[in-house]
Amino acid sequence: MSNSFRRLVSGRNTMALLASLGAGTMAGGLLLHDNSSLAAETKTKLYPPSADFPDLRKHNNCMASALTPAVYAKLRDKLTPNNWTLDQCIQTGVDNPGHPFIKTVGCVAGDEESYEVFAELFDPVIKDRHNGYNPRTMTHPTDLDASKITNGVFDDNYVLSSRVRTGRSIRGLSLPPACSRAERREVERVVVTALAGLKGELTGRYYSLGDMTEKEQQQLIDDHFLFDKPVSPLLTCAFMARDWPDARGIWHNNEKTFLIWVNEEDHTRVISMEKGGNMKRVFERFCSGLKQVEHLIQERGWEFMWNERLGYILTCPSNLGTGLRAGVHVRLPKLSKDPRFSKILDNLRLQKRGTGGVDTAATGDTFDISNLDRLGKSEVELVQLVVDGVNYLIECEKKLEKGQDIKVPAPLVQFKK
Amino acid sequence: MPFGNTHNQLKLKFSSEQEYPDLSKHNNHMAKVLTPDLYEQLRSKQTPSGFTLDDVIQTGVDNPGHPFIMTVGCVAGDEETYEVFKDLLDPVIQDRHGGYKPTDKHKTDLNSANLKGGDDLDPNYVLSSRVRTGRSIRGFCLPPHCSRGERRAVENLSIEALDALTGDLKGKYYALKNMTDAEQQQLIDDHFLFDKPVSPLLLASGMARDWPDARGIWHNDNKTFLVWVNEEDHLRVISMQKGGNMKEVFTRFCTGLTKIESLFKERGHAFMWNEHLGYVLTCPSNLGTGLRAGVHVKLPNMSKHAKFEEVLKRLRLQKRGTGGVDTAAVGGVFDISNADRLGFSEVELVQMVVDGVKLLVEMEKKLEKGQSIEDLVPAQK
Repeated sequence: MSNSFRRLVSGRNTMALLASLGAGTMAGGLLLHDNSSLAAETKTKLYPPSADFPDLRKHNNCMASALTPAVYAKLRDKLTPNNWTLDQCIQTGVDNPGHPFIKTVGCVAGDEESYEVFAELFDPVIKDRHNGYNPRTMTHPTDLDASKITNGVFDDNYVLSSRVRTGRSIRGLSLPPACSRAERREVERVVVTALAGLKGELTGRYYSLGDMTEKEQQQLIDDHFLFDKPVSPLLTCAFMARDWPDARGIWHNNEKTFLIWVNEEDHTRVISMEKGGNMKRVFERFCSGLKQVEHLIQERGWEFMWNERLGYILTCPSNLGTGLRAGVHVRLPKLSKDPRFSKILDNLRLQKRGTGGVDTAATGDTFDISNLDRLGKSEVELVQLVVDGVNYLIECEKKLEKGQDIKVPAPLVQFKK
Repeated sequence: MPFGNTHNQLKLKFSSEQEYPDLSKHNNHMAKVLTPDLYEQLRSKQTPSGFTLDDVIQTGVDNPGHPFIMTVGCVAGDEETYEVFKDLLDPVIQDRHGGYKPTDKHKTDLNSANLKGGDDLDPNYVLSSRVRTGRSIRGFCLPPHCSRGERRAVENLSIEALDALTGDLKGKYYALKNMTDAEQQQLIDDHFLFDKPVSPLLLASGMARDWPDARGIWHNDNKTFLVWVNEEDHLRVISMQKGGNMKEVFTRFCTGLTKIESLFKERGHAFMWNEHLGYVLTCPSNLGTGLRAGVHVKLPNMSKHAKFEEVLKRLRLQKRGTGGVDTAAVGGVFDISNADRLGFSEVELVQMVVDGVKLLVEMEKKLEKGQSIEDLVPAQK
């Protein structure tokens, strides 16, 4: 049998078979549509949402808790204006079932509109992750007035370093899971152009990941500034590492106290840090730097993604609102061995990490202590919370040193509903 | 990558130059072929199922390659990829498959009676014999691009067809997500179990999505015929046994494949095949026969000989470690298999392996006795 005839008779759809014979031609992949791969629209009809619904029975993440077959059926065929789909939002959560003890988020946004178009998934995920915050009924306060912080200088005998980080997205360009190479390069261009306009103690320089010399690379590693291609499957399954290291880079000021990552997990990650316990100054520089960068991009017709329901829009729902993590590296040799340590942290709305960052263990008695919350409280509120909390922890440490007893503080109130 | 087809239209608002990948540090077949002009020419196209140029090349962009090993750097998302993007894939195929031209025809020959000899490789040296290939089911997207629904449909069809096998091919299917610990351990002990890909070459192409949904392993009760479902291709078919009777392995291979093909046909499905590219698979390197016939063979002396690489090259064979691709040899035991896939038939390739391994074992024996092998060194095949 000739090859093309063989293809025709092996097809499933006799209508297409008759049609193509009637048309008198056997050439062209388009005519053999139903014998070849299905056109995308046909595929959508042939496979109902139930055929595509992911198997989430072994999963423990916010997306798996929220994604019912009904929600999936409703949202599967929707597209954001950038043609991002639900399947793309949830891929990372499907591929990473999670851990019995650690509930990951399990979904990402491909653009600002993802949070709207797929609200029926994202709203319950946001509620789950952010202590009941309801984006339909609540508003998120933004406050970058660092002058409001009180008691923001810690005892240097205990606090080794202070740091505040957040992220910012450039409105109008797709987020890291979805962006094309051109969009990512545009993000880089917009941000680097703006940063070149910073002056005074914020004067600095950009190092493109792909172009840096070995010497520059080593310096950035020694300064603990360098970020590398993501290895975590949580990120790689969300398509964030595509085209690495194209349009990725690091900017920092000459003083090495203000640092911006470009096109890593978000368009930008902004970090203010210094050795010692002057969190107030770190936060002042943070706010001042952020405001200046915002002003510089606005001059050129760009703005950050923000709205009053969700605050600053970032790739991962866990970073919505302030996207802010304010933390210290603090020595707590006695307190960390006290059985009440975890409870104290919980009540203060603080979390501990190892000094290598998320998912690392503490070395010795030094911990990374930072705020748990991101959304529903303003930047000032969260930093104050960290300030008050860390001061309390240091007080406890000092008491234990003197052989005195400590108290577990009452749990802090959540955001006003 | 499973981007919606209309996503590609949005990229077109940027210039080709703005979207063109940075391939300056790359060493793979895709990077050699994809000039800015070619990118511009192809970027607006897509297959009927929505697979785009960027989808084809993503793995090659993300994996610059190695100075010594030339990877392919592109994959197909469906059968039509090889048509729609032929201006990229034809030169890649030509480069990878020894000058195979766009006008060349590939011969399929699964008649094991045509194999001469192959039943008497010395089992003191040849520890095991194996033949593998892949098959794709026409009408379904390939692993980089398929939806969960399609992947499950491929699995269901495969289980149905394989369940109908009888005689010494009768067997059982083990779904990756459902197997018990005992079943899993047995499959590991039998060296049958495949795991979620870790190679960035595969991950970057989107093949590991939704793991382990709709993936599984089927094998016959005798454990000599094995089918992988939805790993790197729709189906990978493997015939293997201990010892050196490659003829028997190949006979079972051909019988099994032919039976499976007719069982699929009975249910209205064909394998992807055409007379230019032979069997169509996900990676261009596996086109044609998709066949790798190999043995695990002890060559402690031969492998240390200065002419080892040259002899292999002339015999059109390649060596690997006994862990498979990208592993090292252990204890002088090598995996020796055909280097070619396309442009030679199945019978021709297995013949090369049979004849070549026979010669290598002869050389090994001579070296053991301290004799020279100079007069045995073959001409280039």
